[in-house]
Amino acid sequence: MRYGRDPEILKDISFSLEKGSFHFLMGPSGSGKSTLLKLIYLAERVSRGRIELFGRDIMGIKAKERPQLRRRIGVVFQEFRLLDHLSAFDNAALAPRIAGEKPAAYRQDVAELLAWVGLGQRMHAMPAALSGGEKQRLAIARAVLHRPDILLADEPTGNVDAAIGLRILRLFTELNRLGATVLIASHDEELVARSGKPVLYLEDGHVTAYAGAARTPQ
Amino acid sequence: MSEPFELKRWWPAPLLPREDGRQWSLLFVLTVLCCLASLAVIGGLAANRAAEGWRSQLVGSATVVVRATERESADAAAARAAETLAGVKGVAEARALERAKAEALMSRFLGPDPLPPDLPVPRLIAVELNPKAPATAAALRAALTAAGLDATVDDHSLWTREIMRAGDLARWAASALFALIVAAAGALIAFATHQGLTARDDVVTMLHLSGATDGFIARQFQARFARMAAHAGIAGGLAAAAAAAALRLLGQGQTLTAMLPVQWTDLAAPLPCPFIAALVAAVTARLTAEAALRRMP
Repeated sequence: MRYGRDPEILKDISFSLEKGSFHFLMGPSGSGKSTLLKLIYLAERVSRGRIELFGRDIMGIKAKERPQLRRRIGVVFQEFRLLDHLSAFDNAALAPRIAGEKPAAYRQDVAELLAWVGLGQRMHAMPAALSGGEKQRLAIARAVLHRPDILLADEPTGNVDAAIGLRILRLFTELNRLGATVLIASHDEELVARSGKPVLYLEDGHVTAYAGAARTPQ
Repeated sequence: MSEPFELKRWWPAPLLPREDGRQWSLLFVLTVLCCLASLAVIGGLAANRAAEGWRSQLVGSATVVVRATERESADAAAARAAETLAGVKGVAEARALERAKAEALMSRFLGPDPLPPDLPVPRLIAVELNPKAPATAAALRAALTAAGLDATVDDHSLWTREIMRAGDLARWAASALFALIVAAAGALIAFATHQGLTARDDVVTMLHLSGATDGFIARQFQARFARMAAHAGIAGGLAAAAAAAALRLLGQGQTLTAMLPVQWTDLAAPLPCPFIAALVAAVTARLTAEAALRRMP
């Protein structure tokens, strides 16, 4: 994978994530973690190579089929990407709204989830009025509300304290227990170690799989 | 102190953010275009009515010029011609005009001085035709020839053709102007849709990544511009109706209303304006947005 004429960011990478697996994606800054996630959530196209998603080569997916695939993927963006003109509640309710659900069908779920991530009293607040941590929790709530088959998160605990970080990890673990495949890009070695989940380590455009944060080979 | 969030009262906010001052500029230009389009329709209706009125007046009458002969004076020939023409099928009335009227018509060419009594001034017959089945000029000529009269029939066909041509031209001009304004409004909406997509690329990208189809995103723009165009249609239509009413009230009996005889019923012509404006905006915004979104990754 390369941008324009720049050198390749990702090369000769080959790995697969089993359905229902939970991995952390680690690596130094600029190693291509975010780019890898973008390729998976269909925001970028590979310049060469092949990616299979839900058993299908994504290069062969027609444009009109992409929305359905994207609805099966939940993404927590590093820069949150909250919609500034929508309240916290409306931001969190984006996926069901796009899927065409009636407000009455998802109102309660959204309220409960926001309360669960500690935004119960901030539902009507606009993103500009939220702190960095609150924005991050809102972005997480938005990504997990529709119970995606794949959850991708880019530094989801980067702006929250340790207690909230653990709470978010529990949410991801619960989703994973319910069948979601989880891949989290993180620098937080302590959190990764505490989770005990396997790690994909990205460096110099290559990926290596380890059993845990200590990078003991699988 | 902010109000507590009431779940039951919650209703989703629009997915596209409200626009800034540009929205008002666009609304103003659309209102002006809707007003002009409505005026074009009202003007077309009035011009059509004027042409039709003139045409029906000309088609419903004919003028016959009768000349004296060696055996018969002009007055006697005129009286006989009127009697002959009154008996032709399709003629409602035939009336010989007095010598004074004929002389008045000729004074335009011969000057205001009284004409010599022995000057053979031709006499005029005003013929009113049956409006449902008017007699033709050929039938009138045949009847006069059969009666041995030296007469010329003018059924105003030259003028009628000219007026019909002018009426057609007015209709086409109004239709072309209306179409041009609709096209301009469409182009404006297409431009605004492109601008909106570019200005809110963050929202569009987020909607795409959240699984929104191109159609779903295009619908957001479609709804926004259709609503705005409907408002512009209401304002522009009202302004056009007010202008037409002012024209009717202020110019009554004057040249302008004679040329453009606006009737009160014409004020209803802008009624479909909001619907047509909304339809044009909806279709244009939808097609423009979908085409632009298809080009996105």
